[in-house]
Amino acid sequence: MSRSFTPKVVTANRLREGDVVYLAADDRWTQFHHEAELIDDEAHAQLRLLFAAAQKLYVVGAYLADAKAGPNGPEPTHFREEFRTRGPSNYFHGKQADHAS
Amino acid sequence: MYSYSDFDEAFIRSRVAQFTQQVERRLDGSLTEDEFRPLRLMNGLYLQLHAYMLRVAIPYGTLNPGQMRQLAHIADAYDKGYGHFTTRQNIQFNWPKLPDVPAILTALADVEMHAIQTSGNTVRNVTADHFAGAAADEVEDPRPYAELLRQWSTDHPEFQFLPRKFKIAITGAEHDRAVIAAHDIGLRIVRNDKGEIGFQVLVGGGLGRTPMIGMVVREFLPVEDLLPYVEAVLSVYNTLGRRDNKYKARIKITLHETGKAEITRQVEERFAELRPLFGGNDQKLLEDIREAFAPPAYRNAPIDAYTAFHKADPVFRAWADTNLTAHKNDQYAIVTISVKEHGKTPGDATSAQMRVIADLAEKYGHGDIRISHEQNVILPHVHKSDLPAIHAALAQVGLGTANVGLISDIIACPGMDYCALATARSIPIAEEIAVRFKELDLEHEVGPLKIKISGCINACGHHHVGHIGILGLDRAGVENYQITLGGDGTEQAAIGEKMGPGFAYDQVVPAIERLVRAYLEIRSEPAETFLQTVRRAGLGPFKTALYETEGAQDAA
Ligand code: SF4
Repeated sequence: MSRSFTPKVVTANRLREGDVVYLAADDRWTQFHHEAELIDDEAHAQLRLLFAAAQKLYVVGAYLADAKAGPNGPEPTHFREEFRTRGPSNYFHGKQADHAS
Repeated sequence: MYSYSDFDEAFIRSRVAQFTQQVERRLDGSLTEDEFRPLRLMNGLYLQLHAYMLRVAIPYGTLNPGQMRQLAHIADAYDKGYGHFTTRQNIQFNWPKLPDVPAILTALADVEMHAIQTSGNTVRNVTADHFAGAAADEVEDPRPYAELLRQWSTDHPEFQFLPRKFKIAITGAEHDRAVIAAHDIGLRIVRNDKGEIGFQVLVGGGLGRTPMIGMVVREFLPVEDLLPYVEAVLSVYNTLGRRDNKYKARIKITLHETGKAEITRQVEERFAELRPLFGGNDQKLLEDIREAFAPPAYRNAPIDAYTAFHKADPVFRAWADTNLTAHKNDQYAIVTISVKEHGKTPGDATSAQMRVIADLAEKYGHGDIRISHEQNVILPHVHKSDLPAIHAALAQVGLGTANVGLISDIIACPGMDYCALATARSIPIAEEIAVRFKELDLEHEVGPLKIKISGCINACGHHHVGHIGILGLDRAGVENYQITLGGDGTEQAAIGEKMGPGFAYDQVVPAIERLVRAYLEIRSEPAETFLQTVRRAGLGPFKTALYETEGAQDAA
């Protein structure tokens, strides 16, 4: 593990629905950030990004986002990525509503 | 209002059919995202933070009740029951799903609407004074010219791949309600000494990263020269405009890099070539278009009921005093419906609200509805005797807020709650400012004050021309807000000046409160507005109020 590399997750939007998804270690796309694969090696991150970019029928605009390890799995470090895990702040729409039980 | 000709209808339908196939080919994998993105953008479809967003054009902000009801239907059937009115007089749907977009575009085409040229490096929706055809201070109704420009620019083969997007605004009144000085081309209808109608032409205005006020390039352009002249400007820009650097690609930069004298020379040269090619058909078309914008058949009836109600009911009076504007017919008023209820998202209307607006426009408003760049809805022609009934109906659905032009009538772009380009949120800042000043019950005391908020340097929230401008930035991974003062979007257009270090998210509302309290303290009299006070007293006292409070300031 390279010391200067900030851990990453691969994230994208789904092609049909447009909602936010994350790439899990078992190649699934999950709607939960904490289920994403936390990547701490730069070369592996590039490989996973290539894998994601090839899923043309499923996702759009895959990129690497900074993340850190948390008690339940990876957590976002930047507020933009945190908003993407939830949805907008002015309405209870998006993920926060989709996943409310 | 203007109805589609057979040509318009066939064109829109063919574009829907074309895009329907493009969506199918994207979904089955025959098109890659790189191939599809420019195609979807040409049809107003963006991918934002949490979902797709469809931006629908509302030409010069004009809608009829049937169109408003169809927008409500689309909001219910394909979105989450609301729409967002934008600073370019358009409407955005925040949650469409890609496979549904062809059906949405078909539903739009059914009421003569579309999403073409709401994105991309083309001539965008031509915006106009939202009081067009109604305002007492108008020289002439600008909408026929806006419609002429719309027809000319739609799918214009030469201007589909400009160096950058291109925005045109037009006003028919001396008082500029269309922010024409912040557009690539701004047009103001004027009358010359001989009494003839023409245009004062401004070029090179714009906000964004490099805010600039447009320069006057022609004091008087005759009506028949409008299209060839605008075409000449675009043609010169298309040649000279930079394509190597997105941030230097707008005509305002071309103008400054090339110099006004040289650009004007080239435009006039090109104009001389183009003018003879316009053989008069554009003027025939303009005549036909004018007929579509004939004034409504005004009712002649007493207004005593209005006068009595105004005297008797303080709630109605407060609303009438802030939300009405003088109409050219003095039995009539222009109603601005505030889509700025305190604590709600500026410019968002629910489908239920849209239907109420459509019903009121049909029943009392000669079927005419406008969307303002300030994200409100206008009923331009209302007989004064109908105002009490309108106010009562609006109040029942959260549209009766008496705050037009006041501190809670805030422009806010979608910011980081939706927009993929945002560097910070803007909507919750607007909501919190409005709620705070409602708690303080100060806004009527403060009087006219325009706050405008953008969630990034692109300035869709027009913060540069806000009396108070707020710009949300990302400073080392934290939301930070820069405040500007003294901006003005009217005929005295000015870019606001930066105050100093920015404020953390939770420090913005207290900062605004300090500014407003400073104003109340130093204004010479209650009639001196916030902007007048800033101009008279300068930034000094406001800077003191903003920063000389311990612990309130951020180190950014
Ligand atoms: S100003 Fe920035 S954040 Fe706001 S809508 Fe425009 S691009 Fe998005």
